[in-house]
Amino acid sequence: MKNQPKYYIIGLFMSMVVGMIIAACAGRPAPSAAEPTAAPAAAAETSTEAAPAAQETASTLQTVLDRGKVICVGNNALPGFGFIDESGNFSGFDVEYCSVLAAAIFGDSTAYEIRPATAKERFTILQSGEGDVIIRNTTWTLTRDTDLGGNFTATTFYDGQGIMVRKDSGITTLQDLNGGSICVQTGTTTELNLADQMAAAGVEYEPVVFETADEVTTAYEEGRCDAWTTDKSGLVSRQTVLANPADHVIMDVTLSKEPLGPMVRQGDDQWYDIVNWATFVTFTAEEFGITSANVDDFMDSEDPNIRKLLGQEGDFGQKLGLQNDWAYNIIKQVGNYAEIYDRNLGPDTVFNLPRGLNALYTDGGILYAPPIR
Amino acid sequence: MQNTAQATNERPPFWRDERILAIISQVIVVAIVVGALFYFYNNMVNALKEQMGVAIDFGFLKQTAGFDIGESLIEYSRSETYARAFMVGLLNTLQVAFLGIIFTTILGIIIGVMRLSTNWLVSRIALVYIELFRNIPLLVLLIFWAQAVFFKLPRVKEAVILFNPYFPIFLSNRGIAAPWGIPSETWATFLLFLVGGLILAIIVAVLLVRHGRKTGRMPFVSLWFVVTWLAVAVFGWFFLSMTNQQPLTMTKPALEGLNTKGGRIFSQQFMALLSGLVLYTAAFVAEVVRAGIQSVGKGQKEAATALGLSGFQTLRLIVFPQALRVIIPPLTSQYLNLTKNSSLAIAIGYPDLFAVAGNTILNQTGRAIEVFTLVMGVYLAFSLLTSLLMNIYNRRIQLVER
Repeated sequence: MKNQPKYYIIGLFMSMVVGMIIAACAGRPAPSAAEPTAAPAAAAETSTEAAPAAQETASTLQTVLDRGKVICVGNNALPGFGFIDESGNFSGFDVEYCSVLAAAIFGDSTAYEIRPATAKERFTILQSGEGDVIIRNTTWTLTRDTDLGGNFTATTFYDGQGIMVRKDSGITTLQDLNGGSICVQTGTTTELNLADQMAAAGVEYEPVVFETADEVTTAYEEGRCDAWTTDKSGLVSRQTVLANPADHVIMDVTLSKEPLGPMVRQGDDQWYDIVNWATFVTFTAEEFGITSANVDDFMDSEDPNIRKLLGQEGDFGQKLGLQNDWAYNIIKQVGNYAEIYDRNLGPDTVFNLPRGLNALYTDGGILYAPPIR
Repeated sequence: MQNTAQATNERPPFWRDERILAIISQVIVVAIVVGALFYFYNNMVNALKEQMGVAIDFGFLKQTAGFDIGESLIEYSRSETYARAFMVGLLNTLQVAFLGIIFTTILGIIIGVMRLSTNWLVSRIALVYIELFRNIPLLVLLIFWAQAVFFKLPRVKEAVILFNPYFPIFLSNRGIAAPWGIPSETWATFLLFLVGGLILAIIVAVLLVRHGRKTGRMPFVSLWFVVTWLAVAVFGWFFLSMTNQQPLTMTKPALEGLNTKGGRIFSQQFMALLSGLVLYTAAFVAEVVRAGIQSVGKGQKEAATALGLSGFQTLRLIVFPQALRVIIPPLTSQYLNLTKNSSLAIAIGYPDLFAVAGNTILNQTGRAIEVFTLVMGVYLAFSLLTSLLMNIYNRRIQLVER
């Protein structure tokens, strides 16, 4: 019955017109390099994000330098590699390689932060830019190198997949596991290798899949599974936290090759080179017999290779975008490969893992660093 | 009254006409919403392309899966595709959801009615049950249930065997292994007998109801229905066994190596998930049922008692049908909760949809957006289907008012 205009409808109409214009303008997809406003705005919120590669990229190194520390995606549940010790700090083999990066970039081996992640999350965290590098006992595979948008740098630990069983079960070969149940963690190459090898051996089994390593070992310890499987270093490491480590034995079966090493994002070659060569410094230092204790004595060396390594000749640090004493800092503040290995996995620790393939090529292993020159 | 005569002949100009403005504003709102969604979608696609060099692509579903799944309702091996693995997870979830809904309803109704009992002990037991299971987070309950109860069962080699040797049931920490039937050649014929028996039983029931209405004395129709159907089934079974083969041959589980062979194994994960979910959701359903029953006016119960109906008859014939109108909508929500909560299966090792697709497939292929779109789509489809069926049922039992 009312004929007067509804003023609020007109107002609504006007605001919608304005809203539509805004949405239409902003909604047009950014062609080529003309519209960086969306991307840097998002990048500014997450300080660790590298901007799109279409235009001028803020490189990972620049982001790390601005931040003042390097963020490594790591593990908090794998003793020996990445875990939290009694004093509440992260320690382990992988954690030390993160400090190697910090020493190389900042000259301060404490300028790092470990971002703990599960096996499922680690790649997403790297892809999204929350972490700069994954150093979390990650196996180098073709799929991860391509599909997941990452690149693997030098392998720091050559491992293989193994199976742990109870000593009193009498299981020694894969055939003995016929009809058995095997606990495994989801999202790992372990699942795939297990399926492959069991199919090849013609063994039927029941896979029981959990999300975290803790659940896997609990299920195994409680007797739910007859065996559990992961990388042999992981088996050794977790055996130490079982209730009765002596009741369990690692089978003499290797199911796969597991080269573990750091992983960086694709598209940033400078960052890739930095992580790669920082690792090679530790190999090279062991090759020359340089340790954190005697590195200062080597500063007077006449050997041109050592002079180049320690930054007295050439500007190899600057070629990477770092200071020239990058390698010196690594060796002085962290150590060479042997020191890192012995501190975390060596004879003085509960693990006592033999070097095996992880020795230098001159000692029967396969660690071989390209020359720094 | 003059305004009416005016209004019916002349329309105001379109920028003052309410109806047209309403339509225009709706169109604009839709355009804005669609524009916003389009903008977000484009942003995501561009970010993916520029930052990581990947595009949204569902082709990974055709790749070989390469991993094994602990249990599946269909044939599956590691050489099947990801799409098939996805189906396995989907069917596992469907299995848990379907059985879970049935058991939850039964248990929930029982507990709800118990809660309203005049017997002090019975209602207190129900109260303790409800308060206990409503207040424990489901994840905690499931993990506790799996680790503190099911893992503690004896290992397979020392399994508890019931009803040995004619119907051996193995109870162990790997699950329950029970004798099961394997269909033989005559199974299809037996199914025909079952269908025929069902049709015959329906005819008998309809005839009995008609007869009852005519004579005024209703016979026990449900009993006759069941008896007829059973009689045809039993007749068919023996007929086939004598002339040809038993429709089902029984396999019994027997210990062999590390496991039992034969029969059907209900895995520990499945039992733990199902029982945990049912116990948890039944507490909520019990409260919904209680609310429904209490919503029925007291006068109804008094009138029923005055007519001479017993307590159970009152509940079944008078109170419950009216209570259903209040029970069905929240009950639908509980069903949907149960379906979605089944995704917690990953915590106890059951390979449901989320565990297989959201975890394993996602990790192996890294395709977060595609996988999660599919998973969310499946859960959405389940939920929409459930609520559709429940809403149809709801509309049929609603009070029809003039």
